[in-house]
Amino acid sequence: MTFTIQIENGTEVRNAEADSQRTLYPYVTGTSVVAIKYKDGILMASDMGGSYGSTLRYKNVERMKAIGKHSLLGASGEISDFQEILRYLDELTLNDNMWDDGNSLGPKEVHNYLTRVMYNRRNKFNPLWNTLVLGGVKNGEKYLGMVSMIGVSFEDNHVATGFGNHLARPILRDEWREDLSFEEGVKLLEKCMRVLLYRDRSAINKLQIAKMTEEGVTVSEPYSLKTFWEFKAFTNPTVGAEGSWLYDN
Amino acid sequence: MFRNQYDTDVTTWSPTGRLFQVEYAMEAVKQGSAAIGLRSRSHVVLACVNKAQSELSSHQRKIFKVDDHIGVAIAGLTADGRVLSRYMRSESINHSFTYESPLSVGRLVVRLADKAQVCTQRSWKRPYGVGLLVGGLDESGAHLYYNCPSGNYFEYQAFAIGSRSQAAKTYLERRYESFQESSREDLIKDAIMAIRETLQGETLKSSLCTVSVLGVEEPFHFLDQESIQKVIDTFEKVPEEEEDAGEGEAEPEAALVAAGTGEQGGSGDQDVAPMEM
Repeated sequence: MTFTIQIENGTEVRNAEADSQRTLYPYVTGTSVVAIKYKDGILMASDMGGSYGSTLRYKNVERMKAIGKHSLLGASGEISDFQEILRYLDELTLNDNMWDDGNSLGPKEVHNYLTRVMYNRRNKFNPLWNTLVLGGVKNGEKYLGMVSMIGVSFEDNHVATGFGNHLARPILRDEWREDLSFEEGVKLLEKCMRVLLYRDRSAINKLQIAKMTEEGVTVSEPYSLKTFWEFKAFTNPTVGAEGSWLYDN
Repeated sequence: MFRNQYDTDVTTWSPTGRLFQVEYAMEAVKQGSAAIGLRSRSHVVLACVNKAQSELSSHQRKIFKVDDHIGVAIAGLTADGRVLSRYMRSESINHSFTYESPLSVGRLVVRLADKAQVCTQRSWKRPYGVGLLVGGLDESGAHLYYNCPSGNYFEYQAFAIGSRSQAAKTYLERRYESFQESSREDLIKDAIMAIRETLQGETLKSSLCTVSVLGVEEPFHFLDQESIQKVIDTFEKVPEEEEDAGEGEAEPEAALVAAGTGEQGGSGDQDVAPMEM
């Protein structure tokens, strides 16, 4: 069974009825996902928060899922769209299982399939409001890529979504190495997640780290990072600020 | 097979549980000129006999590239074969576009077989009159499949279809156990020798056959006439001058050849219907 990408005939009609058929803005969203390649495979981290606008409404959302035997998908953005994507991928993997012929979807195939889906939806002005991180290992080859809601797609040694691009990737650019061990990789990811926790208001202190190797996927139990809020800059943020009456002593 | 009252429609069963139209379609495959496929662990070779309508025309194409990693050889109604090749190319390229990965051969042949099956269960259609030898390479290794008009498909180490394919099959049956570990060159040689079997007496020349190869790190391509002739020269010591000496080189097939000299290759095929090659 193949997934057919529907191409609609006719042009987009701008009226209230048509507008209710397409995505205009996201409602329940997840924040950053950060992922790196390491010696044995892929490490991915994300928190478990689902925000409803500025409210941190859901605190047990798993934003990383295993796909088939070889891939790991993490998503930020609209949670319901992520669930829809999981359903599409479920159909694909089910098809593979049904055939049971020794062929299986690798991370490269899944990444490209998702790119096609995301780009296609963007062309219909009805995007799946997600940025997806796709990582995996197949036949010893590590793969890590990203797809955005407008269909921008690429591979790299480390990727991040949303705020992670601005806060985590600079750290990764400095400190990522080809041969990170598992412990080093986790430490690096935790460093990134901690910065995100301090600086991203949609982040919560409950995260999971997923590991993908040739053997398979393991998603850790949720845990929290140690944080320190007694920095002088945190306790008295306005000291020395432009236009304030308080001065740094 | 004799004409009977159950063979008008493809959707009519006979009392003995046969669909005669489907079986008649398989007869069309047997009328086409021979096509042969062999595979080793890492390579697949497809070869066929070139037959031209007349001396004035060029020969019909019977081997098609479906993708870099899949090729198909046909026997029977070439028009049907052409249409199915186009379908296979389409499926293959669509898969490559969506998944950026080559379509595995097993999945392709299943789609092909399902397409053929549809034609055996619609009263307004007729079965495809072409047998396809699909050879390809994917993650799980090299494969050779035979798709027949009934919608069945089978995987083979080596197979031959079309007219006088039985001679080739006999040759292949004797040698197939060595094919899995064969080198590329030996595989090609075996294919050409199998083609020779179907010619039954006619001298084997590179102009009479088309050979294609695909394998690990070797995308599907045709061998040029020169390379084919070189291989022929290794076992046909005296190609054109003395036919007796040439035949003398052949092993126990001499008996078969003697039996077949009644009708030399060219004249026999004038009886073949024009649309079948």
